[in-house]
Amino acid sequence: MNKPLTILGLESSCDDTAAAVLRHIEGEPAEILSSVVAGQTELHAAYGGVVPEIAARAHAEKLDICVEQALIQANLTLAQIDAIAVTAGPGLIGGVLSGVMCAKGLAAGAGKPLIGVNHLAGHALTPRLTDDLRFPYLMLLVSGGHCQFLLVRGAQDFTRLGGTIDDAPGEAFDKTARLLGLPQPGGPSVEAEAARGDESRFKFPRPLLNRPGCDMSFSGLKTALLRARDQIVDEKGGITVQDRTDLCAGFQAAVRDVLAEKSRRAIEEYLTLSPADPVLAVAGGVAANSAIRAKLETICAETGTRFVAPPLSLCTDNAAMIAWAGVELYRAGQTSGMDLAARPRWPLDKTSPAMLGSGKKGAKA
Amino acid sequence: MTAAFAHSLTLPLPEDTAALAACIAPRLGPGDVLLLQGPIGAGKTHFARSLIQHLLAQADAFEDVPSPTFTLVQTYEAGDLEIWHADLYRLSHPDDVIELGLIDAFESALCLVEWPDRLADLTPPGALVLGFAANADDSRALTIASDDPRWAATLKGCLDDTA
Repeated sequence: MNKPLTILGLESSCDDTAAAVLRHIEGEPAEILSSVVAGQTELHAAYGGVVPEIAARAHAEKLDICVEQALIQANLTLAQIDAIAVTAGPGLIGGVLSGVMCAKGLAAGAGKPLIGVNHLAGHALTPRLTDDLRFPYLMLLVSGGHCQFLLVRGAQDFTRLGGTIDDAPGEAFDKTARLLGLPQPGGPSVEAEAARGDESRFKFPRPLLNRPGCDMSFSGLKTALLRARDQIVDEKGGITVQDRTDLCAGFQAAVRDVLAEKSRRAIEEYLTLSPADPVLAVAGGVAANSAIRAKLETICAETGTRFVAPPLSLCTDNAAMIAWAGVELYRAGQTSGMDLAARPRWPLDKTSPAMLGSGKKGAKA
Repeated sequence: MTAAFAHSLTLPLPEDTAALAACIAPRLGPGDVLLLQGPIGAGKTHFARSLIQHLLAQADAFEDVPSPTFTLVQTYEAGDLEIWHADLYRLSHPDDVIELGLIDAFESALCLVEWPDRLADLTPPGALVLGFAANADDSRALTIASDDPRWAATLKGCLDDTA
């Protein structure tokens, strides 16, 4: 059974178009033979992208080039690929459809199995690709518009412990940058300002911090920031550099504290499973923020949980993660038929209730 | 736009915005377009989320309603009603609106559109325009207007109590 498995992965569900070739021998670390991302700089994609690619045609054209490049860089022909994995959702329908159609064409033309992959499962399984994690592990998944805690018990077994009920943290950083006239993407620019600021000057709210569970809210933060900014402008007629760095520091501290406290609760819940080697894996732009990362590492140390953050290039949208999810599904016998459909909506966990504010409790969010 | 219908009101608390959204929600159907204007933090998404969650709850469908800023469009199904929640802020070309399928959705779905200035010439006639602004006391000023006078009858009863 130690025959290598070589999978071509395709991704076009969001702002980027990507293709990758990955080889895996059971019991050994997987080898990324190539990973091509067209369109955006890694920096932009890390924070959810700035200029989205919407046209299905543009995705389709870029996919052809990406696949060709991925095969050339892997020094393989399509005939040497064992199966083709493709993101089948969730995402913008035009992009997802382009990827699925391209993958079907390749699979039919080369006579290879087709594997439909959930984009979020691709992100959630990435720590197994990079760090060879064992199930179950806890995942803080922060990708573009998403932010959720997932209990990962298997390649197709995800339980959502909670997540943002409104904005994702990356979005909150971007909007803070917009409100303070800082460059996009907001993650690095707000972090750089915050590093020089005094986080104790502005006391921003920590929404939902005292509520049970792992749900988070970041939307109210931007209102609080706006209010503080306007108050300074009313008083002095403008904001100084020091005001701006202090506002950024206060904002970042609020995001950090909410993520840290909710991570602590998610870890508590996860530890009741008595995992042999407890791990919190953090994937996404949040792990690139050194203040937030340091706090999460502290929480992990305090709870005897290992902190893992896959490299940023594999946390932003890429096709290596899709190929890897393809490896896991292929080994589980989960290939797709030629009727594989593109799904704009595809929640990873359909069993957990929708997040707070969306239930029968009424609109409280 | 020549406003054939226009109304202004103050929403003291987020709960008031949610109550207004819940009042308006059941009166809407396919082909209705709500354009949500206002700067960041004015309450556009809160209004849209409240409205969508109300319609989903009535159809016994419970789902998260995340911000559409990064995904551009989030779609929902409340029974037979398809709902589109779009945030056009990141769009750079009006052509993108067509690629998103939004023009077709204006006919077939209930559409809630944030940053609708990106629509430019593609702005559908008869849309209900909601302009949100944050006041200094954290209440929200809302103006509701349309070039279609039918909205006055549609919204009757929703705007009086909260004014």
